[in-house]
Amino acid sequence: MNWRRALYGVTAAVPVIVLLGYGLTRDPRAIVSPLPGKAAPDFALGVFAPGVGRTAMTVGDTARLSAHRGDVVVLNFWASWCLECRHEHEALSSVARAYADRGVRFYGLLYNDTPSAGLAWIEDMGGQSYPSLLDPRTRTAIDYGLYGVPETFFITRDGRVAYKHIGAITERLLVQKLDSLLADPPGGS
Amino acid sequence: MTRLLGFNALVVALGAALYGSLALFVGARRQRAELIRSGRIAVYAVFGLATVSTLAMIYALVAHDFSVDYVARVGSRATPLFYTVISLWGALEGSILFWLWVLTMLGALVVYQNRERPGHLVDYTGGVMLLVTIFFLILLVGPANPFGLVSPVPPDGPGPNPLLQNHWLMGVHPPLLYLGYVGMTVPFAFAIGAVLSGEISEDGWIRLTRRWTLLAWMFLTAAIVAGMWWSYEVLGWGGYWAWDPVENASFLPWLTATAFLHSVMVQERRGLLKLWNLNLIVATFTLTILGTFLTRSGVLASVHAFTTGTIGWYFLAFIGVVLLAAFAVVAGNSDKLRPTGALDAAVSRESVFLLNNLFLTAFTITVLVGTLFPLVAEAVRGVKVSVGEPFFNRMTLPICAALLFLMGVGPALPWRRASREVLRRQLLPPAVAAGVALVASLLLGVRAPYALAAFAFGAFALTANVREFVDGAMARRRVHGESPAQAVARLVGANRRRYGGYIAHIGVLSLTLGVAASSTFRTEREATLRPGETMQVGDFAVRLDEVYLRNEPQRDVLAASVTVLRGGREIDRLEPRMNFYPTSDQPVPTPDVRSRLTGDLYLNLQAFARDGSTATIRAIEEPLVPWIWIGGFIVCLGALVSAAPNRRRVAVPVEARERAVAAAQPPARELEGVAS
Amino acid sequence: MSVALSPGAQTPAVPDTVTPAPRSVLTPADSVLEAQTTALASELRCPVCQGLSIQDSPSELALDMRDVIREQLRSGKSPDDVRQYFLDKYGEWILLEPKPEGFNLLVYLLPVAALLAGAAVVWRTVRRFTAPVAAEPAVLPPNPDA
Repeated sequence: MNWRRALYGVTAAVPVIVLLGYGLTRDPRAIVSPLPGKAAPDFALGVFAPGVGRTAMTVGDTARLSAHRGDVVVLNFWASWCLECRHEHEALSSVARAYADRGVRFYGLLYNDTPSAGLAWIEDMGGQSYPSLLDPRTRTAIDYGLYGVPETFFITRDGRVAYKHIGAITERLLVQKLDSLLADPPGGS
Repeated sequence: MTRLLGFNALVVALGAALYGSLALFVGARRQRAELIRSGRIAVYAVFGLATVSTLAMIYALVAHDFSVDYVARVGSRATPLFYTVISLWGALEGSILFWLWVLTMLGALVVYQNRERPGHLVDYTGGVMLLVTIFFLILLVGPANPFGLVSPVPPDGPGPNPLLQNHWLMGVHPPLLYLGYVGMTVPFAFAIGAVLSGEISEDGWIRLTRRWTLLAWMFLTAAIVAGMWWSYEVLGWGGYWAWDPVENASFLPWLTATAFLHSVMVQERRGLLKLWNLNLIVATFTLTILGTFLTRSGVLASVHAFTTGTIGWYFLAFIGVVLLAAFAVVAGNSDKLRPTGALDAAVSRESVFLLNNLFLTAFTITVLVGTLFPLVAEAVRGVKVSVGEPFFNRMTLPICAALLFLMGVGPALPWRRASREVLRRQLLPPAVAAGVALVASLLLGVRAPYALAAFAFGAFALTANVREFVDGAMARRRVHGESPAQAVARLVGANRRRYGGYIAHIGVLSLTLGVAASSTFRTEREATLRPGETMQVGDFAVRLDEVYLRNEPQRDVLAASVTVLRGGREIDRLEPRMNFYPTSDQPVPTPDVRSRLTGDLYLNLQAFARDGSTATIRAIEEPLVPWIWIGGFIVCLGALVSAAPNRRRVAVPVEARERAVAAAQPPARELEGVAS
Repeated sequence: MSVALSPGAQTPAVPDTVTPAPRSVLTPADSVLEAQTTALASELRCPVCQGLSIQDSPSELALDMRDVIREQLRSGKSPDDVRQYFLDKYGEWILLEPKPEGFNLLVYLLPVAALLAGAAVVWRTVRRFTAPVAAEPAVLPPNPDA
């Protein structure tokens, strides 16, 4: 018997097993974005879907992030071919409507899609309460370090990225994040 | 009905496997023939029950019985029959069922093949096979039960994962992979069986093991090459190997098994490396389970990974048990595995095998460390990092170059010792060939160091291996006056193991040539074309004729019809496509390839305009790609030749032969071969 | 044709009237730029395909990212600047090869250490089994391969 050898083996194997066990508790797709805390990349993009109500815009107008200093901004990247986007659409539309009077602006950003397909989708889904923008050649998506759709970014009143959500977002999470961002005084942290 | 049959067969099989393993272990320990007989019957019965369960699943798939959970998730009425059948391994539960079937089949084969063998090696081995079987049965009746009831029964299902129903190679790659992976259970079971039966210090078990390892290795090789081919044909980037975690997972046991197939010869001939070989067997088996874990637990993101559940924890526990058992076995028996021989000289074939094992082990460690490092980095630094192709190329290409070189040195050096004179005579022609290849590559404009190394060492190794055939055949012609073809055939037939090895080497060299040439001389262009427009890539002109949509029952196909021209003449028509499946928001690229022995023209449809006015096409000219697939085939052929018993052997019962050979020292085989 | 399968879904997100400019028209002056673009794109991991580089990936996003690299280089940024841009947006994950610094050195050094340790073991094995025990060849059969 050579138990010393067995001991070597076990000491080599245990860390590997622990490591794999640790791996089981992690989601390989949940990649931490370096953006939160940093200034949100500015954009100037054309509106293709106007939205309704207070925050509605005219098709063809240019929306700029820098024009919304003082507002909390929610950016949602979506596409008509994206299956998961269907699950979050209702939540986004209704929360955007509810917070329109409280200094919160929502924008949809169409990812890798055509405006006509996007418009058809919006109609199909029963409308979208906030404007959606075109992102030609996905420049803005890359600026925001997009991994896929849907992804949702929360931007503070002073224009910093506060939080990024990967995958379909829920109404509860939207409300919770918005309330905490609105509770922060502008400029402070 | 089918559902109950399939599930209950698994439950009964679990009972039979539990009983069988107990009966075999206790029967062998206490010398109880009755118990052993019943245990062996249990091995066959488990195979029978697994077959029933697998057939039930196939029937449910084909009959579109959507009351079966698995069918409801991977079946659809629109899927063609072929893809319906192979969706057996298209998702987690079915693939484990198929795995079980292969495992029980091999268990039954092992017991049947060795049923006359005296001693209890086979009983312990069968018992270990059943223990592994029990693990998979527990998965199947528990967390990975494919026979769950769906109520109410849906009218139709979503169909298999689009990536798995897009190419016929998905009907080939997984079964080969499972035969390779599961096949590596057999050597492991033999090793544990040999320890338990007390035969570990004899060499009989390792000889039985070698042939099984060789066959499993052959399937694993075929699976890896088929997987490369599938990537090439389906993923649309014109490459075949991306160092993806799951590719690495299949490559790791291949590396350790390759090391074993070489070092076992040192054990058989010189009585060295016994403990090392046991380690390699255990490592290979553990790595197959680790590979399965990585594929099925979702620990590492990968194109090929299945989605997950709690099953990862089961696998982890199993890996833990296997490792602990293995370490206990190795530690408990290291004294019985003392070297019984010696080396004559440092410069000899034995030493080359040692170096071969050194580099293959370093290769394994490099790939393992690189594959798992993202987890380590996340655990320690809390940051996700990537370890991909540039890392693996940087770290493993030097090892590949060393292995290529050794592949030429090994066959050239004699066993025992090599005098200066022999060295010069044996190594001079390969060295000359290497020099010629080096100069030729430089003249062709190759400057990348590893490409130069691949061509030079490749020529070196090829010459050394081909020379073995030429020299041997010429000697036979002198002695027996045979025709060249006859001489080569008899030469190989008389010593299949050795020449099978050289054939496998030649296959690896063909594969190396294909990889080196296709990555060095690759020409690539990407252009957005209107119908009628042409782009140039290498010698070819590619003209877009039309972009059109075609509806098929299970998918929509968007195709670009393309004419290939060379020197102004139309030589071919290709149709790269994108296939859209209803379950996926990403299209599955379906490149079209014009393949010739001299090289491929690879076209992929990258993007298109909605109205059919333009299509963006990536065109890649890659020389010598088919030699990769041909090389894989040659390697498998070599393994088959090597695994076949030598001819002209009087029919002696297996066990008598094993004993005789064990007593007479291993080289008896080679002696017979040359004498015939 | 269902909505999700609309062929338009895969065109770059540009209005229907704009046709992407052919990307293959290269002047000789562009060839340095192209080589730099290819080299950089090979170092960066495609976010939507797991494991492939932006250079290899056939996906739309990778195509757009290659354009970003090309444009930034053309505008006078150095390759290091471009790499840093992607690092700022995507984090270390985007590099296909970990930066050889700090903790990451482990992944480079471990395999080398293993190779060196293994070489030492082989060296010892050969020395141990060649030197003293050479007096036993009688047990071994004549060499059949010679």
